Amino acid sequence: MLKVTINKNDCIGCGICAKQCPEGYELNDEMKAVVKNPNAPGVKEAAEACPVAAISVEGEAEPLVQKTKEEACEVKPALCDYHGVMVFAEQRGGELKKVSLELLGRARGLADELGVQVSAALLGQGVEKLAHRLIEGGADTVYVVEDPRLEKYNTHGYAKAMIELIKAEKPEIVLYGATHIGRDLAPRIAKRLDTGLTADCTELTIEAETKMLLQTRPAFGGNIMATIMCPDTRPQMSTVRPGIMKALEPDKNRKGKTVKFDAKLSDKDILTRIIEVIKERKQVANLEDAKIIVSGGRGVGSADGFKVIQKLADALNAEVGGSRVAVEKGWISKDHQVGQTGKSVRPNLYIACGISGSIQHRAGMQNSGCIVAINKDPNAMIFTVADIGLVGDLFEVIPALIEELRAAGIGQ
Amino acid sequence: MNIIVCVKQVPDTTDVKIDPKTGTLIREGVPSIVNPDDKHALEEALRMKEKFGGKVTVLSMGPPQAEDALRECSAMGADDMVLLCDRAFAGADTWATSYTLGEAAKKIGYDLIICGREAIDGDTAQIGPQMAEHLHLPQITYVKNVETDGNKIVCERALEDGYEKIEASLPALITVIADLNKPRYPSVRGIVEAYREKKVTVWNAKDICADGTCIGMEGSPTSVKRSFAPEPKGKGEVLKGSVKEMSKQLVVKLKDKNVLR
Repeated sequence: MLKVTINKNDCIGCGICAKQCPEGYELNDEMKAVVKNPNAPGVKEAAEACPVAAISVEGEAEPLVQKTKEEACEVKPALCDYHGVMVFAEQRGGELKKVSLELLGRARGLADELGVQVSAALLGQGVEKLAHRLIEGGADTVYVVEDPRLEKYNTHGYAKAMIELIKAEKPEIVLYGATHIGRDLAPRIAKRLDTGLTADCTELTIEAETKMLLQTRPAFGGNIMATIMCPDTRPQMSTVRPGIMKALEPDKNRKGKTVKFDAKLSDKDILTRIIEVIKERKQVANLEDAKIIVSGGRGVGSADGFKVIQKLADALNAEVGGSRVAVEKGWISKDHQVGQTGKSVRPNLYIACGISGSIQHRAGMQNSGCIVAINKDPNAMIFTVADIGLVGDLFEVIPALIEELRAAGIGQ
Repeated sequence: MNIIVCVKQVPDTTDVKIDPKTGTLIREGVPSIVNPDDKHALEEALRMKEKFGGKVTVLSMGPPQAEDALRECSAMGADDMVLLCDRAFAGADTWATSYTLGEAAKKIGYDLIICGREAIDGDTAQIGPQMAEHLHLPQITYVKNVETDGNKIVCERALEDGYEKIEASLPALITVIADLNKPRYPSVRGIVEAYREKKVTVWNAKDICADGTCIGMEGSPTSVKRSFAPEPKGKGEVLKGSVKEMSKQLVVKLKDKNVLR
């Protein structure tokens, strides 16, 4: 016998428990969760899914038996028509985006675990020449969809082409980069295919028993993590930000095939007209490729304070980053923002100065090679991901550090 | 020109703290705000209305207290407020939410729909495009500048390394970013009207003739399996000593690790 209690004050009425375990929970008229049957199968698992931990379960529950892929297929045969992992290979102006190869790296791992093939969808005009790089990066098949209407990215032409390809090839998983193109395109496709899409995943794995995709992403402003599934529809689709997954070493000996696909586009599929594309010469911060990043947060205190951050960055020949707070306060421009809503980075060295280290920030930098944290508060969350921590005032530590770097003959 | 602006009431996540013992969110005392991107959407709609006439309707889906967010928008100048509020809408992912908002938009009528690029509590940026798909509208996302003559719009869409100028005919849906404009403050008159005189129209699932299988949890292809606080890495070392000693140690350690040469 289980004892299930719900803290009404904590419940935010999100309905996750009731969705996961409809026999165990429901929402009342005040949009608060209530217990329907404490002994329903899955009550404990649904309690774990509560984002605000408002549900406590006492006692031992029977373990929830999950359906294997074969059993699920008996209930919904359509699910099992889908095989393989597909990556949307993003290119602009004939230049393949790095994120495409990063996605292929992860797709390879997922496909090997599932025992299926990896394909890449390469859309554009005159882009077939890029196919070999996708094969070297892990693709077994590259579908090349060429059409003059696809020369420049446009939402409606690309969506139509991807939808036709997905309908024809039936991949069980499709991955997109969470770029300005991927985030414009993927939701449209998911809506038309009546399937799920999970944004900005930081981890993708396969559930051993059900062979379904487990998509983990920061939620609630990045302060907690949520694992999302797409149980009843296919394909399972995710976007992943650049810099999160790791590309494979290009292997020139890998074999794969290139297949032309005709998406049967017509002029009426294109709903917008691109008048011009303007490349800005403005020096935008290139954090994604930086080897060293020095970042500042709330503790920097002002735009003026960022001059100190800049000095350390100059000494190390590094790029300057900022937390969401620093950007929102206007101390530094948005293109410097590191974190879930900014950029995901993985430099060799990341120095966080006056950054408390919310999950939303950590999500964007925790894959860095070596993390140094400088913060006045010894309990700051940033120290939980730091390799080396210095408790102290950044305005004292940084000048001392610059001096020591000089003495050691490092940098400029 | 009739414009619908979609807004969301969100917790001010920059102020959310985590209970270090339980690893869960402390939501107490966290203020609810109008999602920042959505205010830029509203500002643009108000400017268009000032130029072309017509009506600006703010539309939101959420619990009863989301009325506060709508009233704040009304105080800024929005004409009508519509709140979609029904137990049956709860637990919706972006697919079901965009269906619900889309059905309400059909009932309201529009020449243009403006959404913020993304909400700060979900960060998915999916509602705009999925609503556009549901309504078969052209979409332009990441808009940082927009011009219209009432029949078509020309938008500057931000890219990672610049921007592109795109044209679409109305009706259309755009999602906007903070670079677009500076949202106005509510006027005193606006505040009085919004809080004393105007009424929020509240619609439930029946009012928008929603298909029960397309809304809330039932209509959501995705579901949350587990929520958790990320495990701390816990391998770090904290340096000790004076500022000078710590700095010295740091440089030595970074050289040892081969990160600095």
